[in-house]
Order: sequence, then C-alpha cells, then structure tokens
Amino acid sequence: MIGLTHYLVLSAVLFSIAVAGIFINRKNVILLLMCIELLLLAVNFNFVAFSRFLDDPAGQVFVFFILTVAAAESAIGLAILVVLFRTRRSINVQELDVLRG
Amino acid sequence: MALHLAIVLAPLAAAIIAGLFGRWIGRSGAHCVTIAAVGASFLMSVIVLLGQLEPGALPQNETVYTWLVTDGVRMEIGFLVDRLTALMMCVVTFVSLMVHVYTIGYMHEDPGYQRFFSYISLFTFAMLMLVMANNFLQLFFGWEAVGLVSYLLIGFWYTRPTAIFANMKAFLVNRVGDFGFLLGIALLLASSGSLDYATVFAKAPQIAQQTMEIAPGTTWSVMTLACILLFVGAMGKSAQMPLHVWLPDSMEGPTPISALIHAATMVTAGVFMVARMSPLFEYSETALSVVLVVGATTALLTGFIGVVQHDIKRVVAYSTLSQLGYMTAALGASAYAAGIFHLMTHAFFKALLFLAAGSVIVALHHEQDIRRMGGLRKHLPVTYWTSLVGSLALIGFPGFAGFFSKDALIEAVELAGRAGASYASFCLIAGVFVTALYSFRMFFLVFHGKERLDEDARHHLHESPLVITVPLVLLAIPSLVIGWPTIGATLFAGYFDAAIFVMPGNDVLARLGSDFHGAGGFLLHGLTGLPVLLSVAGVAAAWYLYLYRPAVPEAIATRVAVLHRLLVNKYYFDDFNEKVLARGARLTGGALWRFGDVAVIDGALVNGSARLVAWAAAIVRLSQSGYLYHYAFAMIIGLALLVYWTLGGV
Amino acid sequence: MGIVDVIFGFNALVLVASAIGVISSRNTVYAALFLVLSFVTSSILWLLIEAEFLAIVLVLVYVGAVMVLFLFVVMMLDVEVAAVREGFTRYAPFGVIMAGIVVFELLTLFWARASGLPIAAELVRRAPDASNTREIGVALYTNHVFEFELAAFILLLAIVAAIMLTLRSRPGLKAQDVAAQVKVRREDRVRIVKVPAERGE
Repeated sequence: MIGLTHYLVLSAVLFSIAVAGIFINRKNVILLLMCIELLLLAVNFNFVAFSRFLDDPAGQVFVFFILTVAAAESAIGLAILVVLFRTRRSINVQELDVLRG
Repeated sequence: MALHLAIVLAPLAAAIIAGLFGRWIGRSGAHCVTIAAVGASFLMSVIVLLGQLEPGALPQNETVYTWLVTDGVRMEIGFLVDRLTALMMCVVTFVSLMVHVYTIGYMHEDPGYQRFFSYISLFTFAMLMLVMANNFLQLFFGWEAVGLVSYLLIGFWYTRPTAIFANMKAFLVNRVGDFGFLLGIALLLASSGSLDYATVFAKAPQIAQQTMEIAPGTTWSVMTLACILLFVGAMGKSAQMPLHVWLPDSMEGPTPISALIHAATMVTAGVFMVARMSPLFEYSETALSVVLVVGATTALLTGFIGVVQHDIKRVVAYSTLSQLGYMTAALGASAYAAGIFHLMTHAFFKALLFLAAGSVIVALHHEQDIRRMGGLRKHLPVTYWTSLVGSLALIGFPGFAGFFSKDALIEAVELAGRAGASYASFCLIAGVFVTALYSFRMFFLVFHGKERLDEDARHHLHESPLVITVPLVLLAIPSLVIGWPTIGATLFAGYFDAAIFVMPGNDVLARLGSDFHGAGGFLLHGLTGLPVLLSVAGVAAAWYLYLYRPAVPEAIATRVAVLHRLLVNKYYFDDFNEKVLARGARLTGGALWRFGDVAVIDGALVNGSARLVAWAAAIVRLSQSGYLYHYAFAMIIGLALLVYWTLGGV
Repeated sequence: MGIVDVIFGFNALVLVASAIGVISSRNTVYAALFLVLSFVTSSILWLLIEAEFLAIVLVLVYVGAVMVLFLFVVMMLDVEVAAVREGFTRYAPFGVIMAGIVVFELLTLFWARASGLPIAAELVRRAPDASNTREIGVALYTNHVFEFELAAFILLLAIVAAIMLTLRSRPGLKAQDVAAQVKVRREDRVRIVKVPAERGE
C-alpha cells in the first residue's frame, strides 16, 4: 500500500536531483531557473502528501501560495533574463560578475 | 553685601564700557568713566575699611551666588571681607586710581588709549575678585584673570616683537606657578572636600595629621605638600626665584602698568595669598622654612642684579623683586602682618618710583637708559623730590614708610627660630645695603652729575603735566608718613587677629611687640640698629662710586669680570630656561610628534586601522565573486548545515 | 500489489527519470520538455492521493503557462549550447555527492521528526462525490483570505514588473499615441478657409 513514506522519499530524491542540477548546470541561467522549479515541486510534494495524510487542507492552501509565488518568480526571472540578454547578448553566468566585491 | 558687589562690579562695568564702546565715548569718555568707577570703588573700599576698623567689627563672609554644586562640592562666588581684605582693597583701588589719573598724561599720544583704560579697569576688577574671594575657586579665577590682564598689558604695544616675547614669557612662567597652585587647591579639595576658606581652615588640624605617599616608600605630610604647592603659585605670581624671570621683561609694557601691576598690586597677590592661607601654612613648619629661604634668597640675589642694570625701569623692577623677597621672607617667619605691612608701604613707594621713572621717560621722549640721563634735578623738580621720597622710603631711611615696615620685618625674621632663619636674616640685612646701593645709584645717575643727554632730548626737556605730577605727589605723601600711624596698629595691636592665624609658638611679632612703645620709640630703636647703618653706608657707597669717582665702577667690573658677567646675565636663569628647559621641551615635543603622533597615532592607529580594514575587506572580498552560482552553493551548503543542526536537536 | 501501487511506481520512476533528464539535457528545449513531463507525472501522483485541485492547477498553470513561457524564452534567446554546457563533467561528482548528502539528511529528518505526528498509515479515502476544490476554497477564503489577497497582489506586481522590465521604446517605431489622439481638437485638424468668390467678367 502507498504510504506517506513513499511520497517523502520521492520528494527527497526529487529535491536532491534539483540540488545536483544547480551544481552541474552552473552556466545556464535558464536551467538554473528550471532547477528551482524542480526544487519547489519537491517541496510541494511534501506539502501535498502531509496535507492529505494528516487530513488538513492547510497544506494544500500553502501549495497554492507557493505556486503563485513560483509563477511570479519565473515571470520576473525570465523578464530579467530577456533584458540581460538584450544588453549583453549572453546569458552565460560566468560573464555576470558585476556584483564582484 | 550690595556695597561689596558694587566695589567689584564698578570697575568691570567701566572696563566693558571703555572696551566695547570706546569708539563712541571717545578718549575723554573712556578715562572719565573708568576713573569715576575706580574712584567710586576706592571710596567704597575706604568705607569698608572704616567699618572694619570700628571696635568689635566682625569679618563678613557671605555667598553671593552659587554657581554649581556637584558631589557635595559647592562652587560659589562670595566675599570674605575682614581687615586684611579691606586693607588690600584700599591699597589696590588707591594705586589703581592714581595710575588711572597718571595714564591720562602718559598715554595721551597712544592710539590704544581706550583699550588701555579698559584693561586697567578690568585688572582692578580681577584683583578685587582675588582679594575679596571667600573660596579657592574665586581666588583662582582672580588669580588667572590678573594673569590674563597682565599678559594683555605687557603686550600692549603688540607691534613690538620684544613685547610679544615678554608677554608670552610672563604668561608661560606664570603657568608653571599656576600649575602648582591648582594642584595645591586640588589637594586641599581632596583632603577637606570643600573649596570654602572657612571650612578648609576649620579642618586644618585634621589635614595636618594626614600623610600621603607620592613615590612608593616616601610619606609626605599633606599639609606641607599643599602649602608648598600653593607657594609655587605664589612664586609665579610674586616673582620669587626661580620663577622671577618674567618680571624684568614685563617692563616692555607701558610704565603705568609697571606701576600698577608689576609693582603695587598683582605681584603682591602671592604675598596676600600666603597671608590669607596663614591658618594652613602655620601647620607646616617645612613649608614656612621653604617660604623663608626662597624669599630671603630672592631678596638678596635680585638686588645684586639691580646694581648692574642700565634701564631705569629694570632697576626698579629688580628692586621690586627684591622687596617681594622681603615680604615673602616675613611670611616665612610667621610675621604675616609684617609682610602685609611692607606690602602696603611698598605699594605706595614702588608705585611712586615707577611713576616717577615714567615721568622721566616721558620728559626724555622715551629714553630709558640711565647712562644717557643725569643732572635732571633742575629740569624736573617735582619728579626729583618725589623720587627722593620714594627712594628713601625704599631703602628704609628712618622715618619713612619703608623704614618701619622693613625694620620690623627684619627683626621679626631675626627672632624666628625656624630652619633657615639665620641664613634669611643674613640675606635680608645684606640686602639692605644692596638696596641702598642700587636705589641711589639710579637716583644719582638720573638726577645728579653731568648731563649726558642727547641734544634732541635736552631741547624738549620739560616738567611733566599735572596729571602726572599730581599722582606723584599724592603717592609721595603716604610714602613719607604712612608708617607713623599704622605700624603700631597693624603689627602689634592685633589689627589682623581675625584675619591671620599665627601659632602661639611662632608669634615673633608678639615677642617683638613686647618691646614696642609707639612709633617714635621704634624709630629711636631702629636708629641704632645695623640696617639703618647699612642703608646709610649704601647711599654713601653709591655717592662715592657714581658721583665722586665715576671711574671706579668700571674698574671693579673689569677686576671681577666673572662676577660682573654673572650679574649682567642675571645668573643665567634666562639662558638656562631657553637653552635647557625650552629647548628640552621642544626636543621632547619633536620626539613625541615624530614618535607619538606620526608613528603611533597617525601611523599605527589612524592609518593602521584603515589599513587593517582594507586588508580584512580584501580577504572578505574574495568571497564576493559576483557569480550567482557561488551564492547558490553557499545557500545550499547552508541548507545542509541547517538541516544537520535540526537533526542535532532530535 | 494493487493497481495503485503500479501506477505510483511507474510514475515515480518516470518522475525521477525526467528530473534527471532536466538537469542533464544538452539542449535547453529538451530540458524544458523534460520539466513538463515531470510536472505532468507529479500531477498524476497528486491525483493518486486525491489532491485533485492542485493536480489540475499544476498542469494548467505550470505546464500551460509557466513552461510555455520558459519555452518561449529559450527559443527567443539564441543560447550557445556548447559554451553553456562546459564544465559539466567536472562538477557532476560534486553535485552527486551534495545530492546524496541532502537526500540522506532529508530522509533522516523525515523519519526522526514525523514519528510524533498523527499520521494515518493509510490514506483516508473520500466519498466519491466529495469536492477537493470546495475543501480548499473554504480554507482559502476563510482562514487564509488575507494571504490570498497578498498572493493576488504579488501576481499583479509580477505582471507589472515583467512588463516594465521588458518594455522598450525603439526610436522610429510607428506606434499609435492614443493619448495624443484623444487630446486632439478640431482646430488642430480643420482649417476653415474663406475663398473669395470669382467675379464674373
């Protein structure tokens, strides 16, 4: 029978894959953004699973908000990306070091 | 109380009016307002003195204003008026009034006329604050205020480099004394917890029991230390050796100032202060011995310098130093009343001598070298006779004011049984001869003998105007007669009983007083004494050396050239100060600047801290690569650590 | 082993595989498509535990809107694939180790912390006609109404921000100026000219 554990393990694996993705894809901003989406998906997995197995709708409301914020974040992130590309003709993270101290 | 306030504030108000509004009120306005104020002060002081002279009059001690109270210490402005104060007030305001009048004539061509009147009125105010104080804070205020005005007045002709040098010197030397004075006040405050005279004096027996450790292993009596420190202040202000070097140089100031400040009033502040502090000094035999020895040494050694000086004002200045030494020695012998008595008589005849010197200077168009004078007797009759009176009073010629005070003083010192008393009495008696020698050397060189004047000066030679001669005459009268009525009262009849405290065992004046049978008897007794003989001998020697055989002094000077050079160079005090102390201070300052400021503060602390920050920032900056993924790594590693930490709490 | 277990196992495998595909694709378009796949399988897995509303929202919002936006951007920007992929193998071991640590820590945390909670061993099944949407709606509009408003505001902010960031005015662009059109007055456009009548000879 499928229990909470299955979902938690799955979300942990998903989360760690996303973390690994951030480490591996250190050049491509779009892929970094996708990895963040994956991270949020793993978190949402946890919320949904706990919400259902604890029988409390608050967890799903939380997921709703996370989806909202994630959508907003992607929209703005991509907008920034477009502006960045427009000005620098590149989205290579290696070249984005204007924040260097 | 209103009377006391008015005495003090009238000169201040006049000084402000003359100083700030001098341009509107004009020259005559300035001298009218200041003379009116000082004259009013003088009259009110006389009223106060008469009030104090009434039998049964009590000292008045009142607080006018409490400035602040902190930790139980009250800082107040208040007046202690007793017979000592009243006498000083009269002397100060009278001499000040004379100088004000005299200044009209002396300074009439000077562009700084109003400023000058403002300063001398301000000085009168400060001096009155000093003598009328009932607490140490106000005493110190007056002390510093008279120092300030003295500084301003010595440098009155501020375009002369020598005047600037002299006023700086006076100020700095006085700083040395004031430093000791302030430390003494602080020590008394620490040991008694009060700044008020009455409280501190009441606690004097307890303070005398206290000891303190300065260097490890050495115990000092607090009272001795406090008194010596206070006396260091007095040495600065009253120009005792070795802090006397500023007074001769202060003759750079206008002559009325020399008369007012550097002869009659400010320099006596130290003497007054020691007399006022007699309830403290009496408890320290050591401090009194120091006072005695310093005073006697000053009295003799500075007299010698006076013999070789050529500047008329400097001769008088060295004579002032010598007389101040006499007063100080009297204080050291516990004969406070004698010191104050000499202070009073000296104020009259020394102011007279200074003003007479000023009159000569004016008559000769600011010629000050006595080698270029001579034979002025017939040209300046009033000045001649008044200076004769002043000189006779100075040398203690029988019957003149100086005779009574100086003779009483010398006898008191002879009777004092304390350490150094025999040395002191030798110095003082020898000093009588020296005093007579230099006084009449100057007198003969100026008024008798050949006329060694410039043609130009001779042409303009004339007696000074009335505003100059009237103060001379008015000062000559007390110089002549003030001793007769006052000696018995001040010295022996307990005039100062309420103001000055003397231990019964130390009371030399009482012992002296047992033989006293009126001023006439004192005079007869004095005629047979050694001092009178010596002073007559001094006059005779001066006559022989400078009138009868003018070549002899030159011969003596070449014969004992070493001694002569020593005197001309004033015992090398100035050279020592400039070459050793000042140079040492400059070298120390330079070393501190190079090491302390440049190396430690600028180099290590200021630039060092900046460099440290820059260095630390350079290291921290390495973590700010500007790459997004570095920040992402940091966040993930932080997340791992956070989870690990949460696990640790399980 | 029922049908549910089979569906869960299959979809879980697809999810993990597609997630690995996201992070390892050479082509960004493929990565985006793998991400779409992982969203869809997630949605199926949520449906299994009766979170129907969120499952649908995930597909509609994420797959339908966000991922399309991603694809748009990827295709719009001319990304040099080779340059972007450089250093992949160098960092892979580090990434795997980090991922292993995170997995281990998370699982330890779940087991350690979840033990005290009243967790049902088996999912409480709802009645066939129970509405998950109603349940969430009730929670959202009663207890969480302020947060809901806040979320709405954040979305508005995101819209405005995205537009402001990407808006640019190119010179020489022939665009309508509506304000100028509205502001125009008759006098600016029409000129009345009085023409003198011709005079007959």
